[in-house]
Amino acid sequence: MNLVDLGILAQLGLGLLAITLAVAVPAAHRNLAAGSAVVAVGGAAALSGTAALLGGSGTGLSVPIALPLIAGLEPLQLSPDPLGGLFMLLAGVVVALSALFGIGYAHGPAASRTGWAALAGFAVGLQLVPAAADVVTFLLAWEVMAVGSTVLLLADHATRRPVRQAALWYAAMTHLSFLLLLAGFGVLVATAGGTSWTTIAAGPTGPVAGLAFVLLVSGFATKAGLVPLHVWLPRAHPEAPSHVSAAMSAAMVKMGVYGLLLVTLRLLPAGPRWWALVLVALGAGSALYGILQASVQADLKRLLAYSTTENLGLITTAIGVGLLLRGSGQGGAGGVALLAALLLVVSHAAFKTVLFLGAGSVLHATGERDLDSLGGLASRMPWTATAFGIGAMGAAALPVTSGFVAEWVLLQALVHTRATTDRLLAVVMPITMGIVALTIGLGLLTFVKAFGIGFLARPRTAAAAAARESGAAMRVALVIAAALTVGLGLLPGPVAGALAGAVTATGIQTSATAGLALAAIGVVLDPLVLTLLTLAVAIPVLAVTVVLARRQPRREVALAWGCGVERSSPRMEYNATSYSEPLVRVFRGWLRTSRSVEIVRPDQAPQLIEELAFTQETVDVVEERGYRAATRALRRFGDLARRLHNGSIHRYLGFSFAALILVLVLVNR
Amino acid sequence: MIEPLLVIVVHLVFAVAITPVLIGVMRTTRARLEGRSGGGIGQPWRDLRKLLAKEPTRAPGSTPVLVAAPILLMVSSLVLCALIPLVSTLALASVPGDLFVVVSVLLLGTVALALLGLESGTAFGGMGSSRHMVIAALVEPTVLLSVYALSVPAGSAVLAAIVQSRREDLSSLANPVSLLAIVALVVVVVAETGRLPVDNPATHLELTMVHEAMILESGGRDLGWLELGSWLRLTALLGLVVNLALPWAVARDAGVTGLLVGVAGTTVKLLAAGALLAAVEVFLAKLRLFRVPELLAGSFLLAFLSVSASYLVF
Repeated sequence: MNLVDLGILAQLGLGLLAITLAVAVPAAHRNLAAGSAVVAVGGAAALSGTAALLGGSGTGLSVPIALPLIAGLEPLQLSPDPLGGLFMLLAGVVVALSALFGIGYAHGPAASRTGWAALAGFAVGLQLVPAAADVVTFLLAWEVMAVGSTVLLLADHATRRPVRQAALWYAAMTHLSFLLLLAGFGVLVATAGGTSWTTIAAGPTGPVAGLAFVLLVSGFATKAGLVPLHVWLPRAHPEAPSHVSAAMSAAMVKMGVYGLLLVTLRLLPAGPRWWALVLVALGAGSALYGILQASVQADLKRLLAYSTTENLGLITTAIGVGLLLRGSGQGGAGGVALLAALLLVVSHAAFKTVLFLGAGSVLHATGERDLDSLGGLASRMPWTATAFGIGAMGAAALPVTSGFVAEWVLLQALVHTRATTDRLLAVVMPITMGIVALTIGLGLLTFVKAFGIGFLARPRTAAAAAARESGAAMRVALVIAAALTVGLGLLPGPVAGALAGAVTATGIQTSATAGLALAAIGVVLDPLVLTLLTLAVAIPVLAVTVVLARRQPRREVALAWGCGVERSSPRMEYNATSYSEPLVRVFRGWLRTSRSVEIVRPDQAPQLIEELAFTQETVDVVEERGYRAATRALRRFGDLARRLHNGSIHRYLGFSFAALILVLVLVNR
Repeated sequence: MIEPLLVIVVHLVFAVAITPVLIGVMRTTRARLEGRSGGGIGQPWRDLRKLLAKEPTRAPGSTPVLVAAPILLMVSSLVLCALIPLVSTLALASVPGDLFVVVSVLLLGTVALALLGLESGTAFGGMGSSRHMVIAALVEPTVLLSVYALSVPAGSAVLAAIVQSRREDLSSLANPVSLLAIVALVVVVVAETGRLPVDNPATHLELTMVHEAMILESGGRDLGWLELGSWLRLTALLGLVVNLALPWAVARDAGVTGLLVGVAGTTVKLLAAGALLAAVEVFLAKLRLFRVPELLAGSFLLAFLSVSASYLVF
């Protein structure tokens, strides 16, 4: 028994302890007691994940009988490989931070016995998914994760109607995902004749493998929130309590990515070229569509949810590019692309945790998550504003955050493709590059909007004007997550070195200043030196500013220039809706909005205007065209089917009789 | 280690010294062609000195972004000048100034400006910021693809290496790949630095402003940094384009003669390109904001053709 096994056992034990504490401790101390236990659960997973990532493959924990009375199943196995270890580590850290934030944040139903017990169950399920080494264990952990998150999502169902709808969508999509996975793994198990990963990996080839690939990728894409299976994300993330949204967005959707990597690298390695193209197309489409939708949202958490679709799209693109390059004999650049995928995974986990927790902190302080009602929070909530700003820089891939390093690695892999003899690469790579670049550009706009409208300018409502900084537990969680975002960006060398083993990328080195050197394609990035260079350049500018500021100090005025502020009312400020208006015009075909203007006129004077209200809602085109049409077709089918059962007992007896005849005919053949 | 640092210092001093002259030449060219006498070549320098010596203001409820954004823009522009091969192609080994790093540093300045626009909470600031970010987002694919095209023959995305390889293989200058990419890059420079026909730097009509609307509320020292920072971006980007298009006289190392020739060469190229840009601007009207995406889509197409051609030609 080594550290890996010990960590897994500790997770199970601490998970039980957390559930016991959630149920037994009275409400006054429940947050602290249960929250601390869940933090410990996350810590155990981080420990065992780190050990597994660094190569300590344990003997594994196994339960000899998988399901009683069913033959042909291999024992239940919990033993993560380095890739699984990475995802376990990531899930553990995110769970620990979310639970820490939850100690200060959880209130109402989220702080109830059910709330904390469900969080503990969800955490254990989530962390054991990447530890599973066979199909049955994997699906069991997957279901625990799904059920736990559904219960957590339902927290506010009694008071808010959208929560109930969101939970329905989520439950339906999650089970769609589960069914697809069940079918996909079913195909694999039937051909390979066993349930453990090692048996399956030696199994199917040809069209059967293709069928399994399509089924499994659809299932994992649903969990990862890729277009067109993303519809649950923008509903579920905003309605869940914020610390749960952080865990769902930063860790749970990543299990979809883990699944994709599991299928393409371990279970069905060396697949045909079209598999990689499918992943590139799926990923690039999701990235662009996700960020376009995010850029026009005014609801902060909905914006973050669509941005999750974007980031998961980028990750999938990187996986696809990596497989495509490996399949074309360019193992070096391919390894770099796969490393980029893992770096994107880690960096997204770090900055999305900050952003969702920051949104939670804002929600806690103002009761608002609509950007159009916020503003001016930077001076009232400096900790939250700084942390959110760092997270936004990570999401916008600005130096020197983790997001910058990750996207830099992806772009380097694209640029260093040798495509002179390969027409397919010569077309695919520039298009991918264009889409990734546009995604980065729009991401920048989205997060300038999220930070600028929410935290800068003047308060747009009384609630925003009265905001107070959050409590200590919440601030500590925010600061740790923000520090991770910057730290991963400043010292990418050691991180990338550890990740490279998980996808067997070669030629990944650490430079003298903890920078990243990709020997396979001959490039280096030293964020630390770049930072030092920037600071060195900043010194003269700051020195001049300080000298000048002594001579001419800044003057406090009532209005800077009075330009447009003369009769100032918060309603005259630019808000999130107006900020993205030019974009809505530019991308008319993809971004549809429904607008309505209501004018109330006084009875006596119809030419005057008493009240004017403008509302705008964005329409998800995929949902509108795909899902609504599908539900309409389904309903029509239901109407048709209804004619069969009209309530007449004679007709039902007739059906039974016909069925009996049919069975007899079939049996006697 | 010492030599690349020397090159960086030379780049910074050169950029700060040449920038007011470049702006002065561009304004004077334009004024003369329009039949005005103009303020003279030294006027931008005098403006800058005046602004830096004046006190800035602060309205109640303002955030630290008000103070930080002008300095951040200035620093990002200076780092840009340090990383772009303006005078010599000798680069720092650990930060060689590859395409994506340079673009990210540029975007840092873009973001600082956009946040400053939102900070004051006025309608014009937000409007400018929104338009500025839309243009920046749509320019991004063109920037990356056009330099990608030039990087294919050089085998590296480091700007200095691209300039050097073009200098050694002069036949690559006039082929279609290179011409398409350079034209696309010119559109990028025009859009990123807010020149006609994307934005009018001399406008006084708030409703059509982009760049000016964001800095409308700033004054004194803040405005001085903002002006100098924006001008330095023009120097850096224009310097990159002229050195990619005409890579002669760019030094290879940190030798004194090489640097002197480099400084003289880049000065001539920059001022000539600036005067040409200003002369062309006289004949252009500002595009409607919603026609700008068409221009940018056109430049994206050029860049894309250029990448595809670079794979098929080389």
